Amino acid sequence: MPEAVIELSDVRFAWAAGAADVIDIESLRIDRGERVFLRGPSGSGKSSLLSLLAGVLVPRQGTIRILGAETASMRGAARDRFRADHIGFVFQLFNLIPYLSVLENVCLPCGFSARRRERAVHAAGSVEAEAVRLLGHLDMADVALLNRSVTALSVGQQQRVAAARALIGAPEFVIADEPTSSLDEDRRSAFLDLLFSECERSGSTLVFVSHDAALGSRFDRVIAFGELNRAGAARPGRAS
Amino acid sequence: MILALALKSLRNRKFTAVLTALSIALSTILLLGVERIRHESRESFASTISGTDLVVGARTSPVHLLLAAVFHIGNATNNVSWKSYRAFSGRGDIAWTIPLALGDSHRGYRVLGTTSAYFQHLRFGRDRSLVVEQGKALGDEHDAVLGAEVARALRYRIGDSIVIAHGAGDISFIEHDQHPFRIAGILARTGTPVDRTVHVTLAGLDAVHEEVTAGSDPLAAIIGGDHRADSPQAITAFLVGLQSRGAVLSVQRAVNEYADEPLTAVLPGVALQEVWEITGALEKSLFAVSALVVVVGLSGMLVSLLTSLGERRREMAVLRSLGARPVQVFALILGEATVLTVTGMLLGVAGLYAALLFGRTWLESRLGLYIAVTWPSAGEALLLGVVLAAGLLIGLIPAWRSYRLSLADGMIVRI
Repeated sequence: MPEAVIELSDVRFAWAAGAADVIDIESLRIDRGERVFLRGPSGSGKSSLLSLLAGVLVPRQGTIRILGAETASMRGAARDRFRADHIGFVFQLFNLIPYLSVLENVCLPCGFSARRRERAVHAAGSVEAEAVRLLGHLDMADVALLNRSVTALSVGQQQRVAAARALIGAPEFVIADEPTSSLDEDRRSAFLDLLFSECERSGSTLVFVSHDAALGSRFDRVIAFGELNRAGAARPGRAS
Repeated sequence: MILALALKSLRNRKFTAVLTALSIALSTILLLGVERIRHESRESFASTISGTDLVVGARTSPVHLLLAAVFHIGNATNNVSWKSYRAFSGRGDIAWTIPLALGDSHRGYRVLGTTSAYFQHLRFGRDRSLVVEQGKALGDEHDAVLGAEVARALRYRIGDSIVIAHGAGDISFIEHDQHPFRIAGILARTGTPVDRTVHVTLAGLDAVHEEVTAGSDPLAAIIGGDHRADSPQAITAFLVGLQSRGAVLSVQRAVNEYADEPLTAVLPGVALQEVWEITGALEKSLFAVSALVVVVGLSGMLVSLLTSLGERRREMAVLRSLGARPVQVFALILGEATVLTVTGMLLGVAGLYAALLFGRTWLESRLGLYIAVTWPSAGEALLLGVVLAAGLLIGLIPAWRSYRLSLADGMIVRI
């Protein structure tokens, strides 16, 4: 039986004590190396689930195990460190720190996680070399581009830089939250190809969240968020 | 790493960051400048006279006498008769006396009539005596010895001839041109009012005024009415050095109770203390104003950091998703406040020293204020420490706010 990366059981979450639950999931299991498509409309609590997986939020009840560790019982700083070590993120938009260059943005996770820094150094000799290697796979390794301000990039380029940043130091688990919604169809497909191949190369598990059902066919598994979350269907959550 | 992020973030907002740092720099310059001028003017006053036990003049307030006789600020209202001077200079417990006769000027600089005792006994700073840099000390009634600043500003050389004028103003209608003086010597710089003084002998002054009273100028009889001129053998004040400091109070009493003429004897240190009490309130309000300006400068930083937070919630969320702890977000903003404050302070200190180096000559020639360019004193270091602490304290506000925001937002920010 493959190793579980994510295990949820009886997880309930509400934004405030006494408020209605926005998340109510009986069980969810995602195995190592899986590429999972989590489909659901905006406002269904997807972002709350991602924050729970990332350990930014803590469930009201139930257990969440990431890589076998129960993050809810960790202290805040330990959860932050755990996230830095094991999880890479790509958001819908504005992923990048505007005052850092392309290269600095990609290297940033290694500043927060010694583990990912070690892995990057192990893979390519140095963090910068690994960043350049990843950017190269995403057609972004142009020397002129590396030290450019990220605000000068197109949206498609920005998303590829964000992907490289999520993948550096080979985190076990990559969460992509609507990363392609601002891209046109050709670029969307190309971006997915890059994301898949890089996750495969580093052995990362991918959870891809989108409302666009058309993308689902390319994934190992599609989870309809409305069916997964018993709380989500009736009431719109606070999060988008 | 957080500090590096803070620096890069500030570099990205160069314009506001530079303006903020500049406003902190300017307020630092003001704060330190006020403190420096306060301290230096006190030092300068205190170092003007040393080794003198008593200053004696006609009856008046101690502060007035000290300012007029030693600092050449204001004019003495009455004179001391030569007879009284002789009576005290002959006392056994008095080691030396220096007669001082003021009331004339040369192109805005005071003319002081005195004797060779002035060059022999006058001390300033830490027991330093006057040094004749060029030429020689006072000899006969035609000699004049210039303070360093007079010689520099008026570009006089040894042997030049000068004419002194009646009264202390810049422009005088009555010039004693019948009795010109020859510049015999120029003194080394002292950093005291001596630098701004033309020294002549008492005999020289008498010679000048004898001509005036002889009737060469009818105006002199009117204007000179309040002046020494009607009594050539009178002086404005005299300095006293005692054989033993222990006698100072008894000699002071003897002067104050002198039957033949109403006189006042003051201890320079005590009178200076009174001056500080008068100027103290002004200094305090100046200090309060400059401290308020620092608060305004730091508030500018608070405003610029707080307004930036709104636009930066997304950035904080991204940092959180990368594993930044809320404390690190806090440190990022506090780091920016620290960098701004420290940069502003360093710029301010550099600006102050530049201003001192360039403005020193002006202050010296216009205000007679001698500012030494030295390392910051302990007091100034303390002030800088307080500014830094205030900057950090103010930086805590946006830092705390961003901490709260990043805890509440987590990775989710709607834009």
